[in-house]
Amino acid sequence: MKIRNYWNLRDWGASVWEGANRTKRVAIALTAIVLVALLPFAGASFLATPIASYDAVLVYPVGIFVLMALGLNIVVGKSGMLDLGYVAFFAIGAYTMALMGTHTGLNTWEIMPFGIAFAMIAGVLLGLPTLRLRGDYLAIVTLGFGEIVRLVVLNSTWSKGPNGIANVPMPPDIGPLKFKLDDQKVFFWVVVIMILLTIWMIRRLSVRRPGRAWEAIRQDEDAAELMGVPTLKYKIWSFTLGAAVGGAAGVLYASKNLFIAPEMFTLNVSILILSCVVFGGIGNIWGVVVGATILGYLPDRIRFISDARMLVFGTVLVVVMNFRPDGLLPRKKREKVIVKKEVVA
Amino acid sequence: MFKVLIDQFWSLTISGVALGFIYVLISLGYTMVYGVLRMINFANSEIFMWGTFGTVVTNRDLFHYTQLSEPAKGFKLVFVLLSALLVSMAIAGITAVFVEFVAYRRLRAKGTNRLATLISAIGISIALSEVMRLLTASRPVGSPRVLEKLILTEVWGANIRLDTVITIIAAAIIFFILERFIKLSRMGKAIRAVSMNEDAAKLMGVNLNRVITTTFLVGGLATGAAGFFYVTVFEYTKFNIGFTMGMAAFTAAVLGGIGNIRGAFFGGVSLGLLEVYASAVLGTQWKAVTVFIVLVLVLLFKPNGLFGEAVQTTRA
Repeated sequence: MKIRNYWNLRDWGASVWEGANRTKRVAIALTAIVLVALLPFAGASFLATPIASYDAVLVYPVGIFVLMALGLNIVVGKSGMLDLGYVAFFAIGAYTMALMGTHTGLNTWEIMPFGIAFAMIAGVLLGLPTLRLRGDYLAIVTLGFGEIVRLVVLNSTWSKGPNGIANVPMPPDIGPLKFKLDDQKVFFWVVVIMILLTIWMIRRLSVRRPGRAWEAIRQDEDAAELMGVPTLKYKIWSFTLGAAVGGAAGVLYASKNLFIAPEMFTLNVSILILSCVVFGGIGNIWGVVVGATILGYLPDRIRFISDARMLVFGTVLVVVMNFRPDGLLPRKKREKVIVKKEVVA
Repeated sequence: MFKVLIDQFWSLTISGVALGFIYVLISLGYTMVYGVLRMINFANSEIFMWGTFGTVVTNRDLFHYTQLSEPAKGFKLVFVLLSALLVSMAIAGITAVFVEFVAYRRLRAKGTNRLATLISAIGISIALSEVMRLLTASRPVGSPRVLEKLILTEVWGANIRLDTVITIIAAAIIFFILERFIKLSRMGKAIRAVSMNEDAAKLMGVNLNRVITTTFLVGGLATGAAGFFYVTVFEYTKFNIGFTMGMAAFTAAVLGGIGNIRGAFFGGVSLGLLEVYASAVLGTQWKAVTVFIVLVLVLLFKPNGLFGEAVQTTRA
């Protein structure tokens, strides 16, 4: 029993957190943030990625994956709707940045609100008609939406079709911090700040009315509806907030990558982000962060087996899902009940 | 804009029906598994892809046809085509049972959430398609021409080609046999019983695991047959063709009402026609968009598909 507790990182972490007073909590949080912020300097250690540049890997895929997985987690984890077209919002954000960045004089931070707004509008437009559907049907409609966005971009002239849009401007410097292609530390810090903002938003919402409504919808939509929860309204809110995070990630990605093309926004991205959420632990913020970090980082870390890395990736998904179907760090509630029962007995 | 459609209406219709029958067979793989387990068998597209390679390998390696050799004739033609069909079906059937065994069985025994099953299915799809990518070095593989594409007759200005005729007739026969199997055989009854009420079927002495394995096997056989027809008509395959074909077939299954075998038939044929007409009117690049828009509209206004169960109460 004792030995098992060492392995149960989540409960151990939770008990430390609950036992701590305010100062201690602030100290823990600050240490964690500083450690994460120092990650780009650890490139020479065992963390190094053989072929891709290490600090670039930290921004994309790892950082952006964590951000998008957190956004998708609002939809899939919190309110239990299966969304297979999440990449559409990412693409809308990225194309907003690319088009406005090349056609107007606005910089990344000024375009960010537009990207988020367009993604949210798309979320409402898609959500209003489709969120009456459930389960697999919702999954297939969202999947179709993701493909439609990609195909429209691929076949239109304003988006330059399959050639994509080049020369997307970089973000302007923030004081002494310069955004550079060969040294992406500043990008990483920006992503970390966006991740922290998203986590803060999710944690605040979770304990308030929308969070409770989502929880009710996830557990039993009919019961929630009968209890007077305006389910459609909260489902659309959850969809729209998820879309907003995806749009923000898209804006940053376009601005970091300087070039975007439709082939970057295939269904595979949606599937990968969904895998991050489920792999880490649906609904649990820290699980999602861990899952997205591992799945973003793993393919680049094992590049030395270059050709077979996606095969390994697929196999890892199957094996982990078979042995830990609730993800690496599952959400708390259910297991807590079991632990309590054991204590009483 | 509509000129192409009007000029070539009948030849488009015939190729649409042939494509539709390929979709029908693939969507059987989705619809049967969905009927029994209420779950999208995400890996079915890769099972189809493996099936197409069964035909290529038979033609190329077993019977040593090359791109230059003469197409087969007479009795030999029938023999080669039949063995290619059987090899494709066998490979796809075995793959389907393997997928069930590796990716689904353990999770089902645990009775865990549906998302874990979906991710496991996605994982096995990635693995299956990657294995084939490594085996073929990411290249498209052409199939030698075994069946000469004779033009049999001309009806209303449309050429009736031998390969489309064979596809339509043979696919219809395979569909009919499977449909009878589900309707009449003892095993088919068990499958239908499980899809109606799993617990009650178990209490009546149905061996659940065997039913599920059979469902996957039958779905895989149908999907493999689709792989054979695909290669016979298009004479080409690649490690990533599963995705587009699988998506379209899944759309067909939903269009007809997923879980419903006759629905899959009508869904597949109408989707095949729709795709061909849409690409004639709007251009090939908008084909997939039209298909998805139609799917969304059907789900919105006739949400249980054209022939299906009530979606609104589907278990989420």
